[in-house]
Amino acid sequence: MTDATAGGEALPKPPLDIVPLLLPVILALAMIPLIGSASTWVTLTVASLAMGMMIFIMASGLTLVFGLMDVLNFGHGAFIAVGAYVATLILLPMAAWVQADSLWQNLAAVTPAVLLAMAVTGALGLVFERVLIRPVYGQHLKQILITMGGLIVAEQGLYALWGPQIIPLPLPAALRGSFIFGDIAIAKYRLLAMLVGLTVFVVTMLVLNRTRLGLLIRAGVENREMVEALGYRIRRLFLGVFMAGSALAGLGGVMWSLYREQVHASIGNELMILVFIVVIIGGLGSVTGCFIGAVLVAMVANYGGFLLPKLALISDILLMVAILMWRPRGLYAVTNR
Amino acid sequence: MMLLSGDPPRGRVLSALLIVIVLALALTPFLFPGAKAMNVAAKICIFAALVASYDLLLGYTGTVSFAHTMFYGIGSYALAIALYGMGPTWSAVAVGLVVGLPVAAMLALGIGLFSLRVQAIFFAMITLAVASAFLVLASQLSWLTGGEDGRSFRLPELLRPGTVLLSKDTLGFEINGRTLTYYIVFAASGAMILALLRIVNSPFGRVLQAIRENPFRAEALGYRTVFHLTYANCISALVAACAGVLNALWLRYAGPDTSLSFSIMIDILLMVVIGGMGTIYGAILGATIFILAQNYLQALMGAASRAAGEIGLPLLPGLLHPDRWLLWLGLLFIASVYFFPTGIVGRLRAPAK
Repeated sequence: MTDATAGGEALPKPPLDIVPLLLPVILALAMIPLIGSASTWVTLTVASLAMGMMIFIMASGLTLVFGLMDVLNFGHGAFIAVGAYVATLILLPMAAWVQADSLWQNLAAVTPAVLLAMAVTGALGLVFERVLIRPVYGQHLKQILITMGGLIVAEQGLYALWGPQIIPLPLPAALRGSFIFGDIAIAKYRLLAMLVGLTVFVVTMLVLNRTRLGLLIRAGVENREMVEALGYRIRRLFLGVFMAGSALAGLGGVMWSLYREQVHASIGNELMILVFIVVIIGGLGSVTGCFIGAVLVAMVANYGGFLLPKLALISDILLMVAILMWRPRGLYAVTNR
Repeated sequence: MMLLSGDPPRGRVLSALLIVIVLALALTPFLFPGAKAMNVAAKICIFAALVASYDLLLGYTGTVSFAHTMFYGIGSYALAIALYGMGPTWSAVAVGLVVGLPVAAMLALGIGLFSLRVQAIFFAMITLAVASAFLVLASQLSWLTGGEDGRSFRLPELLRPGTVLLSKDTLGFEINGRTLTYYIVFAASGAMILALLRIVNSPFGRVLQAIRENPFRAEALGYRTVFHLTYANCISALVAACAGVLNALWLRYAGPDTSLSFSIMIDILLMVVIGGMGTIYGAILGATIFILAQNYLQALMGAASRAAGEIGLPLLPGLLHPDRWLLWLGLLFIASVYFFPTGIVGRLRAPAK
């Protein structure tokens, strides 16, 4: 926004809405007395941040696609599962390198696996958008049905290619174990997940707020017809965002299955629901809201699982209901739809 | 005509198909007395009613709900828990109905008031989330629901297979408690489908269709859309819960896999779209085709898969594996959303006058 208005009179900035940003912080601090032990609290907080970042990576694409093109992709979960399966194509044959006690050999196995997973899911996103979604723009009911059908076919395709069994996917040797500070243990992989998630968030925010491309995307979210009228091919822009979102879902799928150390086609469905809750909480179309929503959901799941294990089963729903009571359109209402 | 609420199938092929299906279902105990055929027929009846109730939402109001199995499950579990806890008596059946149906309706009312004000997409996501939470609850609260194992129970004396009502000597075939249960399922499902047909052809049903076509216009004409949508949601949930009761009655069991799982929701979606949205009759056709495919297509696919394997074709054996039948129905589903959105019924039906 700043470059665009640098020449003329500065536009009045929208007031910064800080309350949602503070929510996770307040929640985390409020939990200290309830949990009691400092080391447990740190472990839980790190676990929830790591989980939150992974969910954010998967959810960010979905929320952008919805914001930009008013398309809710129920097949998003398929990309998560496909990403995980594609990664096994490289990680399993290179098991020797993955299990080698050298960080570089580990990375030499994991990096191509992640890149391949993202490339395949991105390409799949292209096919998905071209074949399935393009003919049904603007028709919500058909979109839901079609993308649902895409999810079914993709999941069954995974079963047909890889079989229905669970594939174990051990974590690389260098990422196992924890860093120990006094009596606080922080799992290495969780730290890595947090780093990757934060990087994705920062890069997304920079692209959205500091580049011309991001300006167009944000303008498209707010008013699609106007951007089209100004001569930009928003369809192509959308295709790009859709592919990027699919690739991110693939990345999230790889990270999640390494976290769980197993791959199964059902993770698509399983994570889909979590991703939807996050997207609703954040406000459809808002990346920042999605980020906060992911952290909140993960925090409630982790703290809740520790304090009230029975309640934790439906904690996501309770959180969603509470947030929607407070702000019926999610934390940050971006679109006016 | 009265029975069909002035909305006959229209179209010769369609009428003939429906008559064949209904007759076959009505005569199943005599024509195909085997246990498998009876199970398939009962499942077709139950799902026809369940899918018809889903059609009221999807086809007539245009809202996508993913919580339909939740209401189905509430019905199943209500009967199962009552019969399990109170023993095999008729009063237990009554308690199951009296508790289960209002719970389903109240929950539908709550969800509707909470999320139907906003747009369809929001409702779809909320129902998905609520239904998944309900599934987790049902499989975890094992003191009440039996957890993953579910609850098996015994039916009242009259409905047990061992109860012989008419022995083989009088008519040439045996009528036992199982046959009676089948006819309860058949009659109740039929009654629910006819009632739904009545509802969609009433003035209320017309308002629902108006809302589907253009919510703003319907509201401008003075109809409270939220009220109508919530009402439709409650009716649909009630019928789904009744179908759930029938399901538990037939299986003598209620568990997460048979009454709550997400895959049943997907099955319902496939049935309603392939059969034909917004027709009610589509539910009967969709359920019949889908369940016949589920039970008999697999054998065919197994043979094809083995044949492909013997010739040595790559990939095909995996794609034709009997467990992959859903893949092909999924493709059919996508094709039907694109090319014939009104489904088989819409294709076979003469245009309305």
